[in-house]
Amino acid sequence: MKEPRGFGVALIAASLLPAAYAVYGLASDILRGTRVLGSNPIKEGEHFLGEWTLRFLIFTLAITPLRQILKWNWLAKHRRTLGLFAFAYGVMHWLVYIFLDIQLDLQEMVTDVIKRPYILIGSLGLLLMVPLALTSTKRMIARLGGKLWNRLHKLVYVTSVLGVVHFWMSVKADITRPALFAACFVALFGYRIWKWRSQAAPA
Amino acid sequence: MLIGRPVDVKSSEITPESLYVNRREWLASAAAGAVALSVFGPAARAQDPQPVGRPFGLQPDDKPTPWQDVTTYNNFYEFGTDKSDPAQNSKNFKPLPWTITVDGMASKPGKFQLEDFIKPSTVEDRIYRHRCVEAWSMVIPWRGIPLADVIKRAEPLASAKYVAFTTLMDPSRMPGQQLGVLDWPYTEGLRLDEALHPLAFLATGLYGRTLPNQNGAPVRLVVPWKYGFKGIKSIVRMTFTDKQPKTAWNTQTPNEYGFYSNVNPAVDHPRWSQAKERRIGEFLRRPTLPFNGYADQVASLYAGMDLKKNY
Repeated sequence: MKEPRGFGVALIAASLLPAAYAVYGLASDILRGTRVLGSNPIKEGEHFLGEWTLRFLIFTLAITPLRQILKWNWLAKHRRTLGLFAFAYGVMHWLVYIFLDIQLDLQEMVTDVIKRPYILIGSLGLLLMVPLALTSTKRMIARLGGKLWNRLHKLVYVTSVLGVVHFWMSVKADITRPALFAACFVALFGYRIWKWRSQAAPA
Repeated sequence: MLIGRPVDVKSSEITPESLYVNRREWLASAAAGAVALSVFGPAARAQDPQPVGRPFGLQPDDKPTPWQDVTTYNNFYEFGTDKSDPAQNSKNFKPLPWTITVDGMASKPGKFQLEDFIKPSTVEDRIYRHRCVEAWSMVIPWRGIPLADVIKRAEPLASAKYVAFTTLMDPSRMPGQQLGVLDWPYTEGLRLDEALHPLAFLATGLYGRTLPNQNGAPVRLVVPWKYGFKGIKSIVRMTFTDKQPKTAWNTQTPNEYGFYSNVNPAVDHPRWSQAKERRIGEFLRRPTLPFNGYADQVASLYAGMDLKKNY
């Protein structure tokens, strides 16, 4: 299949939808007393944006297998869009945590990071996305050179692991959802390992 | 169907004057607070029941959490682990008829139909603060009877030191029990002196109505100075024992959920601070109070105990 017309714009528009829903829900629930996100909108919004961060990481990592299996090479250029959305959702998740959840309680933020491993892990995962976002422009790719850029962007695998571990450790008892996310990442990692081994094997 | 109608006496005849005068002041301040907070707090819907009952240990700015939140934002893993699951998945649960077994170290054990279990007591409406271990809180108008009533009727032996509670075990009626999230059935327990405390309550209703399924129908425990998970729901058994009973969350994660689980802002949950809480319907977090605001009444139960150790 060839690239459908307007695919890039449609992808961006679709990627904005969950964010629009979260922002609308938070604003409406907090300012107007509705229950768009439920009785505890700040927690719900925080979790919603966190899960979408992981979803966009999965979408980003799914581009290469899809491109190779379906031979849709045009998908490659949209990987950056999805990766940047993963970062944006991660930032929004963090903003809700800082401003709405703990409400700039810096002491709590410090103890959270020091004493609660899952928050430290999540923060690390987000921080590791910063260099990836900063080097996502064509100019930065050129400046770094493809090889170095590729190696740097392998950090997305570390972020993915940290993200799922962060989610897994944050739940109280029911690990169904983190396990589903983990399964997606395992499949995407597995594809790459399989591909790498079959290429490395002598013909 | 209502379980145990309140006796037909005007509240003015049984409530001391000072209390109902306080209550009027409290209602007036609650109304003022509601106006001030309305930009943040979701409003109660017109069709929902109005709160009824005597406030117990409420702070001046505490106002009852709307019915809609109390009945749709629930932790009741027997019906699913999302907050909205219990209201959805308990719709077809038929709590009645219901039998409660009282056994163990008591002179008068037995099996009781719920109505017979409640009937000898006067049903009361009490508005309590509710603090979940997950750092959110509500103010809830319960209907029910003092737990001490049923304990005294069972005549525990002098050797009994604890009372253990068990939830119904029936995965066909409680689909959440088909998942191994907790070691079903849910169990809880109190030291006997805690259970005899006048604040410890067996709820059969909410907002003056029969207890909705998602809130633990037909009968649940309410211990307002402890984290919400101590309030075991859909109770089928009470057992008097001389050993500290096993409790569901303590079995699941011992380092996070202790036997006592008294609300304590000074003792963090390993994964989050307990110093503050978010009242459902409010934007700014509130400081969490020792024993959830009931320290005057209950702190003496724990005199000399290390509450950091006995979390």
